[in-house]
Amino acid sequence: MMSNLTSPERARAMLITGAGVLIGLTMAVLGRNDPMGAHGWIVLLFCGVLFFIVADKLYDAEPVEDRSISYYDDPTKVGILLALFWAVVAMGMGVWVASQLAWPDLRFDAAWSSFGRIRPVHTSGVIFGFGGNALIATSYHIMQRTSRARMPDQVSPWFVLLGFNLFCVVAASGYLIGITQSKEYAEPEWYADLWLVIVWVVYFVLYIRTLARRNEPHIYVANWYYLSFILVVAILHIVNNLAVPASFTGAKSYSAFAGVQDAMVQWWYGHNAVAFFLTTGFLGMLYYFLPKRAGRPIYSYRLSILSFWGIVFFYIWVGSHHLHYTALPQWVQTLGVTFSVMLLVPSWASAGNALMTLNGAWHKVRDDATLRFMMVAAVFYGLSTFEGSFMAIRPVNALSHYTDWTVGHVHSGAMGWVAMITFGSIYALTPVLWRREAMYSWKAVEWHFWLALSGTVIYVFAMWNSGITQGLMWRTYTESGTLRFSFVDTLIAMHPYYIARAFGGLLFFAGACICFWNVVMTIRRVPHHASAIDYPTTSEAMEPAVPAAE
Amino acid sequence: MLKTLLKPFARVFEFQAKTHYKMERHSMALTAGIILAAGVGGFVEIAPLFTIDDTVEDVADMRVYTPLEQAGRDIYIREGCYACHSQMIRTLRDEVERYGPYSLAVESKYDHPMLWGSKRTGPDLARVGDKYSDDWQVRHLINPRDLVPQSVMPQYAFLLEAPLRTDDLPGRLDALRMVGVPYTDDMIANAANDALGQAQPDGDRASGVLDRYGEATAVRVFDGQSGRLTEMDALVAYLQILGNLTDVAQNTQPMAEE
Repeated sequence: MMSNLTSPERARAMLITGAGVLIGLTMAVLGRNDPMGAHGWIVLLFCGVLFFIVADKLYDAEPVEDRSISYYDDPTKVGILLALFWAVVAMGMGVWVASQLAWPDLRFDAAWSSFGRIRPVHTSGVIFGFGGNALIATSYHIMQRTSRARMPDQVSPWFVLLGFNLFCVVAASGYLIGITQSKEYAEPEWYADLWLVIVWVVYFVLYIRTLARRNEPHIYVANWYYLSFILVVAILHIVNNLAVPASFTGAKSYSAFAGVQDAMVQWWYGHNAVAFFLTTGFLGMLYYFLPKRAGRPIYSYRLSILSFWGIVFFYIWVGSHHLHYTALPQWVQTLGVTFSVMLLVPSWASAGNALMTLNGAWHKVRDDATLRFMMVAAVFYGLSTFEGSFMAIRPVNALSHYTDWTVGHVHSGAMGWVAMITFGSIYALTPVLWRREAMYSWKAVEWHFWLALSGTVIYVFAMWNSGITQGLMWRTYTESGTLRFSFVDTLIAMHPYYIARAFGGLLFFAGACICFWNVVMTIRRVPHHASAIDYPTTSEAMEPAVPAAE
Repeated sequence: MLKTLLKPFARVFEFQAKTHYKMERHSMALTAGIILAAGVGGFVEIAPLFTIDDTVEDVADMRVYTPLEQAGRDIYIREGCYACHSQMIRTLRDEVERYGPYSLAVESKYDHPMLWGSKRTGPDLARVGDKYSDDWQVRHLINPRDLVPQSVMPQYAFLLEAPLRTDDLPGRLDALRMVGVPYTDDMIANAANDALGQAQPDGDRASGVLDRYGEATAVRVFDGQSGRLTEMDALVAYLQILGNLTDVAQNTQPMAEE
């Protein structure tokens, strides 16, 4: 990896990691009386290790090959491995958290291991660690291929990838030692949030610079999605995390917003983290890898346009459907439902576009588990967006809110859609990146597929059952007009479903472990294979003056 | 028939596709388009919440958290209690009968951040204050299954051993004032003393708490061990004030009390 960097690039990398070490040291010293000090040491260690990796190879031979004839894939490779590492860690955490609800003694009595502290490790770990790394890695791959241009430099992609992982490490370790804002899906404290802003700005600049170098007149649809992911997540992150630190030598901060305004900002962020982190970025993956793997062009260009702008415009409005019947003014709730229902149109346009693309390639779906991952992802995307619009309707929400139905809905999206498309993309990408003919074991891919699918189905059915049961029990009245069930009664009714849920999660986790193993074995054991054309070209593509008729 | 009806739409889509085909060659046009399209919704829904006056009820008796209660709230945040407990009773009959009068916006007016929550693995806590005794709360936090055998809540016995840090309380109150909580200079300067005083009814610091936060403020030994201030004191003090910062909900919703 280091041998692909020139001397000035190595020097720059040392400068950046060196600055990181100093920042870590400063945090450790200033925050010595606060949990922030521990974060200082973590930052110092993280940057220190990288510093020595660079320093060790500082005077090695410089690369001689002509850079313009190849894509820069080293950070993509590391990003894929990091994504899989986080998948195993965070899904393992998920199994543990789920088991604690079935068997509370599995908490083992340490302060750091309570449900409230490890649950965000699971959520942040899968969303940011697994999802985020997969998004960054695939975006590097896709933006270069669809632009037929190499990334503009070799330091900033590393900065974005490793800087983002530093954020993930600080976030996850923080929850365990009790550093959290308790803002759902935005738990990290102020300094981690500031750091992420810096990383994100560099990411945006890198993306735009690569697009600016493209040898292709049009920006492919996958890139629109990645762009919206980068831009809107930046806006959401900055606004939602506005806060005043209690002290610059401590971790604690207080949100700039309070009460009802904070609730609205939080769910404007929260639901659009679902939209712009867990949907648009992954749609970018879908729009590239699915047609590639199926060997078919995207079914409809017009549908792509419609669904893209529909998603970007409608999604932002729907956050208030998390706040039905609360102290949030009714007019905002009504806007939330209205847009949630309308959102079904662009969502199904995307899912339909993906499935129609497979027409003529269904035999491949049957034979190729990798493509099947992507197909099932598109199906689950359609199903969970329908479920989401349905649950946003007020009377349905009255039943579903605060219950496991919400948890089931999130997981049908997260496991069925986000993780499935990611695993499909990883299986499609790994042989291309490492120049191998195929994955090490196609049987393992099949195993992973069926484990993931059955795990998801078990999980989602368990949560539907428990959520609807609990929701109904809460509102059951006796004939004399009093509430029939105490809260504890409903909790007892949940027990079998909590066991089923942990089991479903375990199957899914086992699949992720198999994937990690398979990717590592592909890298280590499968012989090198010169691939077909996979390098930047300068020739202008033939393009019709108007979009081709469909 | 259908074709004639759809014709205007088809024209619009045709025009849109052609325009888009030109626009998508410019990364900055896409960037601007995305920011614009994604900006509208958030602005329309959020900005008016700050300007429309009746979004939050105007209530005279709403008081701020005492330093001890705020420290307890910070522990509640640290432990991630919001993952299983909501603090928002919805305007539904069964919720009002189970938990009490539905929550009003004003009741979380000083909550930075709000802890309305999204999941009830455990019951709602918006009005848990004074529902159970201090002793029940402490024993329940030490081991929930001693009191509720079927509970799946984690045990928090370590809070009883952890001394509460008070030296950073003035800084915390000051930060809260910067984001809009009306703490006075007097409250900030005495934050550490007031935290100690609220848990030591016999000490000489107790009267200051009542002066600054009102006669109705609960001043007692929350964790059952006099002489030392623990995180358990703070958390129980916070739990006991939930729903009791103002009486407005009880006064305006008398039906629910029946």
